Amino acid sequence: MLPENLQEYSTAAAVDRFDADALTGGKHALGELTLEIVPAKIVSVCGFLKYDQKFVRLSAVTAVDRFPAEPRFEVVYHLHSIERNERLRLKCRLPGQDPAIDSVTSVWRSANWYEREVFDLFGIQFRNHPNLKRIMMPDDWEGYPLRKDYPVTGSRV
Amino acid sequence: MSEPGVPGQFTATLERDQPETGPRRMILNMGPQHPSTHGVLRLLIELDGETITHCEPDIGYLHTGIEKECEVKTYQQAVTLTDRVDYLAPLSNNLAYCLAVEKLLQLEIPPQAQWMRVMLAEFTRLNSHLVWLATHAIDIGAMSVFLYCFREREEILRIFEMFSGQRMMTSYFRIGGLALEPPRGWYQRVKKFIDIFPSRVDEYENLLTANPIWIGRTKGVGFISLEDMLDLGVTGPMLRAAGLKIDARKDRPYSSYDKFDFEVPTRTANDVYARYQVRIEELRQSAKIIRQAMEGMPSGPWKADDPHVVLPDREKMKTQMEALIYHFKIVTEGFRVPEGEVYHVIESPRGELGYYVVSDGTATPYRVHMRTPSFGNLQAVPTMVEGILIADVIASIGSMDFVLGDTDR
Repeated sequence: MLPENLQEYSTAAAVDRFDADALTGGKHALGELTLEIVPAKIVSVCGFLKYDQKFVRLSAVTAVDRFPAEPRFEVVYHLHSIERNERLRLKCRLPGQDPAIDSVTSVWRSANWYEREVFDLFGIQFRNHPNLKRIMMPDDWEGYPLRKDYPVTGSRV
Repeated sequence: MSEPGVPGQFTATLERDQPETGPRRMILNMGPQHPSTHGVLRLLIELDGETITHCEPDIGYLHTGIEKECEVKTYQQAVTLTDRVDYLAPLSNNLAYCLAVEKLLQLEIPPQAQWMRVMLAEFTRLNSHLVWLATHAIDIGAMSVFLYCFREREEILRIFEMFSGQRMMTSYFRIGGLALEPPRGWYQRVKKFIDIFPSRVDEYENLLTANPIWIGRTKGVGFISLEDMLDLGVTGPMLRAAGLKIDARKDRPYSSYDKFDFEVPTRTANDVYARYQVRIEELRQSAKIIRQAMEGMPSGPWKADDPHVVLPDREKMKTQMEALIYHFKIVTEGFRVPEGEVYHVIESPRGELGYYVVSDGTATPYRVHMRTPSFGNLQAVPTMVEGILIADVIASIGSMDFVLGDTDR
């Protein structure tokens, strides 16, 4: 359902028309539009945004750890439409226990490395990812450094 | 997830298996300490004769955890970390980060500080492009270009040193403006440099543009289609060399770029030579912007008028109790930034540089993510080099102009 505060934004309205169950909330703050998407629908919504709404570029994928709040993780997608000169932020909330979401590599190939980085540093699994392995840290590294419960300093005992 | 390898040992195997039939292919390990990768990049290349059949970049050797480190610094302290992300364009990173935080604070930056920032960001572009041209040319074998470019780069570093005391990691921008005003005699030095610089660009072009060896090594080499580039996250001069006029300075002007008159150079050939032409033209355009900024510099304060965020002048601090208290508060605990999130994109010398800053209302950033252009660009390496000759790999990856610090953060 389209939240009331987003009714004047055409992209939000378009996503709502495409799939009314996909959009759970969002906001427009500091000139930037954020849409909250149901994690299970992320691939279809991204496909719609790319091919129908001309968001041809995926600028970045990252995550925010809200530890100890639940749902703990936010996966954040930054989309860019060159034709419309617009940027859009999508957000999916994932639980702290076994966080997993479908990969959007089938929509944008650039998601490959972006998602690997999120997997490497946050430990979020991306289902159907072609090559989900660590990218920044060594392959045998334990833990996920950008999680809030991972220490900044100290040595391994 | 793949099985972890033996610690400290390279696994010289590729993700995909060797074909069972046909001639055996050779796997070549290029890097991580290869002089032409400009940092520590490892490329695993599978060769059939001299043709590349498969390529896998391996990155992460320079990962220093800057994003994690930002979460335990105050907003102002984190500026010094952003310098270290891309060590050839430190001021561009400072600028993107400061603009993002200032957007969260909804801080108005005085015109003089904005123009100065534009001027310094363009100097950074000159600096970065000169290092790129020097090293790209030396990779292909044009030794003397290196010396010419570093002559001008040295002067730029001296200009940086004069105002900030540092040659590379200047950390000169503050949230709310600039650290100091430039010292006496600085403008004269900039003017001297800018007067002579266009003729120096002509010198580089004399050495390269019509040079048959240069043309032979770069024309028609390193092609990758525009659709592939957009899909793979490539930005910056690479896209402009493929005919797409995209530049954040024009599309979404920040820091008063809309008040400057400059062109966004494009080419359509989409090869290494076209990327060279685009960057050479950008050198000229940046010099033009610096001249405009210097000649039209508005007068006024160097810092925003917000005592909660911006440090008071030394003079006031020593004479006014209130200024002293503000100084103490900002230095010891920093300033609080309202809750929210912002993604600010600027045009760095390498392409789209975005800072995603999340605030939870305290004095330290809750999360800082850097969308760095080199990371996106490097992802296109396999698509670009698969099917070409190994001798062209150096020219091709050189034309991408990546910095591994920027890739790995």
